[in-house]
Amino acid sequence: MDPNFRGDADHHDGTSDATPGGYPTARRPGELAFAIFLTAASLGLLDNAYGIAGFEALSSPGAIPMATSLVMVITAGLVVLRTLHLPKVANETLRKDILPITVILFVGFLIAFGLLLKPVGFVLTAALFLTVSIKVLSRKGWSYTLAVALGSLALIWIVFRLVFTVLLPAGVLPEAEFIQFFRSLISGGAA
Amino acid sequence: MEAFWAFLTVFTQPELLILVAVGTFAGIYIGAIPGLSVTMAVSILISFTFSWDVYPAISLMVGIYMGGVYGGSRTAILLNIPGAPSAIATAMDGYPMAQRGEAGQAIGVTTVMSFFGGLIGIVVLAVAAPFVADFALRFQPRDYMLLAVLGILLVGSLSSGSLVKGIFAGAFGIAIGAVGRDPLTFAERFTFDLKIMEGGISFIAVMIGMFGVSEALLQLQNVNMTAVRQKIDKIVPSFGTIRKYLPLSLQTSGIGVIIGALPGTGGDIAALMAYDHAKRVTKNPAVPFGKGAMEGLVAPETANNAAVGGAFIPMMTLGIPGDAVTAIMIGALFIHGLNPGPMLMIDQPDMFWFIVGALMTANVFMLIFGLTGIKVFTKIVEMPRSVIIPLILLLSIVGAYAVNNSITDVYWMLIFGVFGYFMRHYGYPLGPVILGVILSRLLDDNWRRAIISEREDLGRFFGGIFSSPLSLVLFTAVILIFVSQTPVWSVMKTKLLGKPAS
Repeated sequence: MDPNFRGDADHHDGTSDATPGGYPTARRPGELAFAIFLTAASLGLLDNAYGIAGFEALSSPGAIPMATSLVMVITAGLVVLRTLHLPKVANETLRKDILPITVILFVGFLIAFGLLLKPVGFVLTAALFLTVSIKVLSRKGWSYTLAVALGSLALIWIVFRLVFTVLLPAGVLPEAEFIQFFRSLISGGAA
Repeated sequence: MEAFWAFLTVFTQPELLILVAVGTFAGIYIGAIPGLSVTMAVSILISFTFSWDVYPAISLMVGIYMGGVYGGSRTAILLNIPGAPSAIATAMDGYPMAQRGEAGQAIGVTTVMSFFGGLIGIVVLAVAAPFVADFALRFQPRDYMLLAVLGILLVGSLSSGSLVKGIFAGAFGIAIGAVGRDPLTFAERFTFDLKIMEGGISFIAVMIGMFGVSEALLQLQNVNMTAVRQKIDKIVPSFGTIRKYLPLSLQTSGIGVIIGALPGTGGDIAALMAYDHAKRVTKNPAVPFGKGAMEGLVAPETANNAAVGGAFIPMMTLGIPGDAVTAIMIGALFIHGLNPGPMLMIDQPDMFWFIVGALMTANVFMLIFGLTGIKVFTKIVEMPRSVIIPLILLLSIVGAYAVNNSITDVYWMLIFGVFGYFMRHYGYPLGPVILGVILSRLLDDNWRRAIISEREDLGRFFGGIFSSPLSLVLFTAVILIFVSQTPVWSVMKTKLLGKPAS
């Protein structure tokens, strides 16, 4: 296997620092736009960093932010220049390989999760999220989807709420009362 | 003697022993299931264990780390899918072996060699760290600053991607770490006059986003990938086989420890470098490399587990993480009110010896679990991704929320998740970002300390660097890494050696 191997047309893996994703000799769809965005954002940061303390002193709170954002501007700019000269990857499109509809859909799901978490509570939001996303991904029947979603939610809830004692928004469900009932059941059984 | 008792803490407290065992067991599966990485698991775990005492929390993380680095090899061999980044090189020869029906042997040798590599890494950690810590007391602020810069540069230059992108990622991480009010002067930095930015960005949200959410989003594209099951028979390798590869495994363990101990670079880079080394030194492999050579399996697997012990050396002695996982563990120690560095080694040597003991235990458990339970293993690894991905996302949300009970952190996680997703697609390494976030404070503080002690005079600052051997070595290393990646280097190489640079 070539050490510069980054996966084939349907298998891109960018999980490792040893072999980050992307291709060394070709430009993926949207790669140039991303690099330009990074350059622009870095310029914005540099401007902001200058606003912290200007060139007041080498030890000012703005010194390191200015230095780092300058490095970001330079490196992002270099990436733009390099990417500009690379040929495009022939068999990839933005729609299919970089931002397929499922990815956009799931980002939407996650935003919705964040919006619903406080008012509705963790258990109901998570149940909804797992059901919908497993249904979308597995394309199997409702009985399978509901069984897997609710089963794994129950397991997660027991592990994290009871074992790790993580506090999660209760929302509309009377969760605390339920845990109390559960606890008294266990201590009652043990006595 | 006290050190010895601290080393044995794990054994005297059954609770800790169980946690290490559970961690190692879970780690093997987390490492093995493609799409779940150790970095992801540890970053999510921080937020779940922060209400615990520090020992149990560390026990669990150490187990997961050790087991996870090993677990990735399983799927690399059986399915040609590296379950963890550090197993990329393992797939190159492991899968061809499995195709020939030698999966059992491949797994057996991998397990024993991982144990061996892990052991060497831990021994080096135990022997070297106390000396390094003593030495580290003499480090000047500018040395810390240079070390931090060096760590970020090393990840970029040793990985096969572009250094420029690595440097960008590192600088980006430092910038993220600087967000909020400056701890010394209380000046606002990168807050854009927003109230929610004043407290800074929770580094746990950044980590979970970068390693959990972005990975899960990436895996969405491979939902329907199916695994080919292999037949596994005889697993425990013969003593002769082990002895045959012992010399090579010693060399590659050495590579693993060193790469692990270099700030920033971890098991995945160590494994690839060891694989290259094995290819160079093995003159006549029984089977060619890439077609199922045993050497190609031994080298990366010893190296990546040896890198675990190695990575703890700079973490425990300098407070500078050896790789992404130890970066997250530093975060975990911060949360528990501990500040890793030479003073921790001196004030609380127990903590260090406890970690060594936990690592050792995890290594033994890894050997035991590795050589048993293969049947169950294949079942679990074949869990459909259509279920795993939603579960990872759910755990990421719970993890990001749980640290501060704040929805804002969930949104930060999401933003960094999407950002990390693009970074992965376009070849920006993520390790330097996390390193930057963790090292931001250290870099900033030490720069300011260094320059203030030189009365704000850059000339005196460089004078200081050139008059101290240590600073000079570090400074030269930083410069060399830079130069080695620019066209100037290849021109110089051609001129000096009289042959074109590769």
